[in-house]
Amino acid sequence: MIGLSHYLTLSGILFTLGIAGIFINRRNLILLLMCVELMLLAVNFNFIILSRFLDDIAGQVFVFFILTVAAAEAAIGLAILVVLFRSRPSVQVDELDSMKG
Amino acid sequence: MIEAVIFYFFGAVLLGAAIGVIASRNPVHSAMFLVLSFFTSAFIWLLLEAEFLAIVLVLVYVGAVMVLFLFVVMMLDVAPDRLQGGFTAYAPQALVIVALVVAMLGVVLWAQPGQLSMLEAPPRAPPDASNTEALGAVLYTEYVYAFELAAVLLLVAIVAAIVLTMRKRPGLKAQDVPAQLAVRREERVRLVRMKPERDE
Repeated sequence: MIGLSHYLTLSGILFTLGIAGIFINRRNLILLLMCVELMLLAVNFNFIILSRFLDDIAGQVFVFFILTVAAAEAAIGLAILVVLFRSRPSVQVDELDSMKG
Repeated sequence: MIEAVIFYFFGAVLLGAAIGVIASRNPVHSAMFLVLSFFTSAFIWLLLEAEFLAIVLVLVYVGAVMVLFLFVVMMLDVAPDRLQGGFTAYAPQALVIVALVVAMLGVVLWAQPGQLSMLEAPPRAPPDASNTEALGAVLYTEYVYAFELAAVLLLVAIVAAIVLTMRKRPGLKAQDVPAQLAVRREERVRLVRMKPERDE
């Protein structure tokens, strides 16, 4: 029988893969955004799992709002990416060093 | 039994797709793998009785956000060969971080056996129960201010995305509505007085 810990393990592995992706794809800004989406998906998973197991619909309301915020974040992030690409022909993170940070 | 089959099948596809997202060289392939992982997540959400959110995940994420991602990936035209070498360069740090996170999650999930498994799933909802109705019943009453704020947030995101990417291009042919409205008769019409010609 599939219990709570099976579901939580699945979402934990998903979150860890998102973190690993951020470290592996450090050079490409688009892939970084995709890995953030992956981590957000894992967080939404946790909310939905516990909403089911605690029998409380508030978790699903939270997922609803997280989806809204994530959609807005993706739109603005990609818009920034387009503006960035217009000023310099690269989205490599290690070439974005004009601020000498 | 059928629940376990669905869970393991879609869970395996989901994790495989997630590995594909982070490991493939081509950003277009990564985006496609991300679409696959959203689809399989929606199936598992159906298993967890979150039907409305599963549909929303497919509609909003696969239908809008991932199309936007693919559009930007193809528009920016990032050459895949320039990304090579990153995988091996950062793999040790990635392994360390992943090991730390796995250890943390392992302690939380598995170190105290029995505590999590005590939490039994409530019985399945009857077949005619409407998840959308239940969600709407709290969304429009208890969380109505948050709902309005989300609407404002989406409006701000629309305006911000348009303002960020809009630019004035020289030589663009566009309508200047105030100038069109401010035009007067004398600027456009010239009355010419001439003798009538005789028709013979």
